[in-house]
Amino acid sequence: MPRRTLVVALCACTFAFALPAAAQTANQTPAANPGAKWKAECSSCHMAYPPGYLPERSWRKLMSGLDKHFGENAGLDAVTTREITDYLVSNSAEKSSDRRAGRFLGSLAANAIPLRITETPYFRRKHDEVRPEVWKRPKVGSPANCIACHVGAERGDFSERNVKIPQ
Amino acid sequence: MSKTTVVLALMLTAANVLAASPGEVLQTYTAQAKKDNPSFKEFSAAGGDKFYHAAVKHSSGKQVSCAACHTDNPRNAGKHEKTSKEILPLAPAANKDRFTDAAKVEKWFKRNCQDVLERECNAREKGDFMTYVLSIK
Repeated sequence: MPRRTLVVALCACTFAFALPAAAQTANQTPAANPGAKWKAECSSCHMAYPPGYLPERSWRKLMSGLDKHFGENAGLDAVTTREITDYLVSNSAEKSSDRRAGRFLGSLAANAIPLRITETPYFRRKHDEVRPEVWKRPKVGSPANCIACHVGAERGDFSERNVKIPQ
Repeated sequence: MSKTTVVLALMLTAANVLAASPGEVLQTYTAQAKKDNPSFKEFSAAGGDKFYHAAVKHSSGKQVSCAACHTDNPRNAGKHEKTSKEILPLAPAANKDRFTDAAKVEKWFKRNCQDVLERECNAREKGDFMTYVLSIK
């Protein structure tokens, strides 16, 4: 890498680290990258699932019960909780431009408030050919582990041609 | 010194001010432990080792411990029980980012003490735990 590029890259990294903390200290509204906290916090224990795959009502319910998050304490401070909720709501299935968002939303009953993407009829339909044994393979573990088979999941790529099911 | 170098140096300084060392994080627990118990002297790596490996019976009926997810040796990467996501090593000897952000350390003690012990941990327990993990070479 040429030296100048390296310096610029290092600056960018330092900035990415320093800015959110500085903004927080000054108690300003989070700026440039509103998804940064969502990504950092929600990907600690699992992939940061696409906000567009659940409706606003699901995200609100989920975010109001983080201290009992599927049997685990995933509690956050009030400011972070609000910030991430806002991000999820503004990118939820109702608002997302992801072509699958509308399909997830459309598959739900009007009164359904699923807390897992895997509970949605659209998810179930798309995975109905996956045998129970496949979900239990050590490299898969559970349907929550998108990235085990959808190798581009973290980039939002759930296309069928980029599916590689581990043996 | 070129202009870019000056800017870089300034930014790195700013980053260093924000990050803490594990020793600095540990000091806050020392202060709290002294407050909790005036006769407190120092944390014990052996105590932390015992705490880390102790199997506890959870009210769900399951046997739980720190080591169950973080593995027997904090130098190793663990795996989240339900999601299979990798848990990076706890020991700074294997993962230098650990214990460098006091708020993050507190966040995880709060969560994991609830998940394992079903209560908050006190400063003594947190300090012993950290002392043990920091002693791993």
